[in-house]
Amino acid sequence: MIMKGTIETVDRPVTLQIQQPDYPLHTLSVLVNNKPGVLARIAQVFSRRGYNIESLVVSPSAQAGFSRMTIGARGDEAGLDQIKAQCFKLIDVISCYDHTDDAVVGKELALVKVSVDAGARGEALQIAEHFGCKTLDLAPDSLVLMVTGDSGKLDAMIGMMDKFGIIELVRTGKVVMTRGNGLT
Amino acid sequence: MIAQPRDGAQTLLKCLEAGGIEIMFGYSGGAALPIFDALETAGTNIKFVLSRHEQGATHMADGYARATGKPAAVLVTSGPGAGNTITGIMTAHMDSIPMIVISGQQVTWMLGKDAFQEADIFGITMPIVKHSYLVKDSNDIPRITKEAIYLATTGRPGPVLIDIPKNISQGDCTAPLDCEIDLPGYHPETAYQVESRDIETVIEMLQKSERPLILAGHGAMLAHAGPELKELAETCRIPVCSTLLGKGIFDETHELSLGMLGMHGTAYANKAVCETDLMINIGSRFDDRIIGQADKFCKNAKIIHVDIDPSEMDKMIKPDLKIVGDAKVVLAELNKWIRPLETKNWLATLDGYKKRFPLNYKIQGGLKMQHILDVVDRLTESNAVITTDVGQHQMWSAQFNKSKAPWNWISSGGAGTMGFGFPAAIGAQMGRPDDVVIAVVGDGGFQMTLCELATAVLQKVPIKILVLNNHFLGMVRQWQELFFENRTSGVDLEGNPDFVKLAESYGAKGFQIKRPADIEKVLTKALEYNEGPCLINCEVVKEDNVFPMIPAGAALEDMIIEKPKHRMEKPVGST
Repeated sequence: MIMKGTIETVDRPVTLQIQQPDYPLHTLSVLVNNKPGVLARIAQVFSRRGYNIESLVVSPSAQAGFSRMTIGARGDEAGLDQIKAQCFKLIDVISCYDHTDDAVVGKELALVKVSVDAGARGEALQIAEHFGCKTLDLAPDSLVLMVTGDSGKLDAMIGMMDKFGIIELVRTGKVVMTRGNGLT
Repeated sequence: MIAQPRDGAQTLLKCLEAGGIEIMFGYSGGAALPIFDALETAGTNIKFVLSRHEQGATHMADGYARATGKPAAVLVTSGPGAGNTITGIMTAHMDSIPMIVISGQQVTWMLGKDAFQEADIFGITMPIVKHSYLVKDSNDIPRITKEAIYLATTGRPGPVLIDIPKNISQGDCTAPLDCEIDLPGYHPETAYQVESRDIETVIEMLQKSERPLILAGHGAMLAHAGPELKELAETCRIPVCSTLLGKGIFDETHELSLGMLGMHGTAYANKAVCETDLMINIGSRFDDRIIGQADKFCKNAKIIHVDIDPSEMDKMIKPDLKIVGDAKVVLAELNKWIRPLETKNWLATLDGYKKRFPLNYKIQGGLKMQHILDVVDRLTESNAVITTDVGQHQMWSAQFNKSKAPWNWISSGGAGTMGFGFPAAIGAQMGRPDDVVIAVVGDGGFQMTLCELATAVLQKVPIKILVLNNHFLGMVRQWQELFFENRTSGVDLEGNPDFVKLAESYGAKGFQIKRPADIEKVLTKALEYNEGPCLINCEVVKEDNVFPMIPAGAALEDMIIEKPKHRMEKPVGST
């Protein structure tokens, strides 16, 4: 492992670090050619306008040669509409939808490493059970829990675990799919 | 028949030629060696022009495309060679100019290892190209070349970069020259379908309008929509103003023409924009130079926006009707349904403004740029191809050049690139050898790309380089005078060379204009000189200001016709 240094504080839930909390989270679903440079082109559409990508999930789509990107971002409506239009304009982008107001199912997964010793373990596991977490690792001083669900549920679980001390947190970012026959 | 074995570089040139590329501007270097060798061995008829700097090569290709409507290619080497094309690519991208830029690159196994003359030009140019390629397999060259030309020239045109590592241009290519393109995310053909409901809505809006106004932009030019635009304007009796890059798509000597609008546009065009009740924008992107303060733009008018690029809709202005489509196709469909409109009163009002606020200048008080440009326009009967840089000379040239035909006005609009005009003129003249081409440049911009004098002399292009020399960066100085209490800073071009001697040292002809009395005599001589490039150094007055003017970010109604007596607030807009 190569490290540039040690971060003083442990990871905190991302909900506490939002840069533009005034705006609701938008979820864009972008179908792209699976080629080098596509992610950089899309990232530039955001960065040149000073918008931050809050979450990003990229994986191959059902059709060979294409990838699906699910991007979470905050910002004013007009700015995000322009970003959507500029993403769609990219030659490597096949489709680009903002699913914020659509009927979609959205899920996220998080791995949470919690600092618990034998004394606190019982309570931590009780909370974990309530949130339907899986215990992936159990060590004398820590637990690794996996939680899935919508982003609000993850936020709540992470909030509950905060008092034990969260050593590390990895969230996948939200993926969405439209309900019924509609295309994502 | 067994096909001749060919390498990637030869394949590239054959595919460029098959795609209609006739000319290539560039500068050689190590990583592009196989491609330069292929210029000798591939057996194509592509003409290669050696520039003296890669930026010049891109502006030449740009000028060629703007003068002919056909794309040209640029060929440079890796690292600094490719890096020097950035300004030229950006200029083409901002103004939607088709261009194929081919850069040599380090061999694939050295990519990312900081090898000699390696630069990530694919990454560096990403925000300023329509699309780009890093070729990793010689057999992809036919497909990529075909796609690049298709992308550059269709839909909203733009520059496309192909970065080719040396082992790829050197490697064997066995793929057939003709192949299928594979662009599932690109559908320019949709711009050629017009919704009949949109056309009906336009007709309804026209019928309700008493003061309609057409705004013709570069999109109308790129779509070759001149005849359709004329038919619409004449049939419905609608006045037409144009953007800087739309100059010439509608004859500026036509009675319905209001000339250019915007920051330094005609007072009557801007007044028309303030008073119209129906703004019909054909292929302009509502640039900040023309709308001023966005929320006050056309506030009493309905707005129709026709543009081939859907991302232009709602970007600057929210129109009442959006039509995404090719200007020519949309206008041709619209023209099937139009009827004459009653606009007599509206036209009379505008005629009144034309008489009240004409473009003028004082002949007295030294040699004026406006005077020279006015005489240029008269002597060439408004038929010359004019290229410009950016600044005062550009705005005065736009004001006093009455473009009669499209493809004659070549200026860096969006990017505002100094050093563009002169190399662009070389490219334009190579594409239009029988036309008069005049590079109108300032002493600042000209010195940025004057090394291309060698190129111009060698190519024997009879361009006229009109250096409007005020020993200042005039437009910046104007802003400092108006908004910064005349504190001039960083604008004095002390140390200018003797431009006539400079031209002569390259083997070009040099002329000098020092007094108003010289203008006509010297310009006539220069226009008659056709053995090669000539330079006319014009020692114009040092301090003069372009009016009318709308300070950046101000509303069009706040236009200044002449220099105000009181001190002005600093503009809220950026530049």
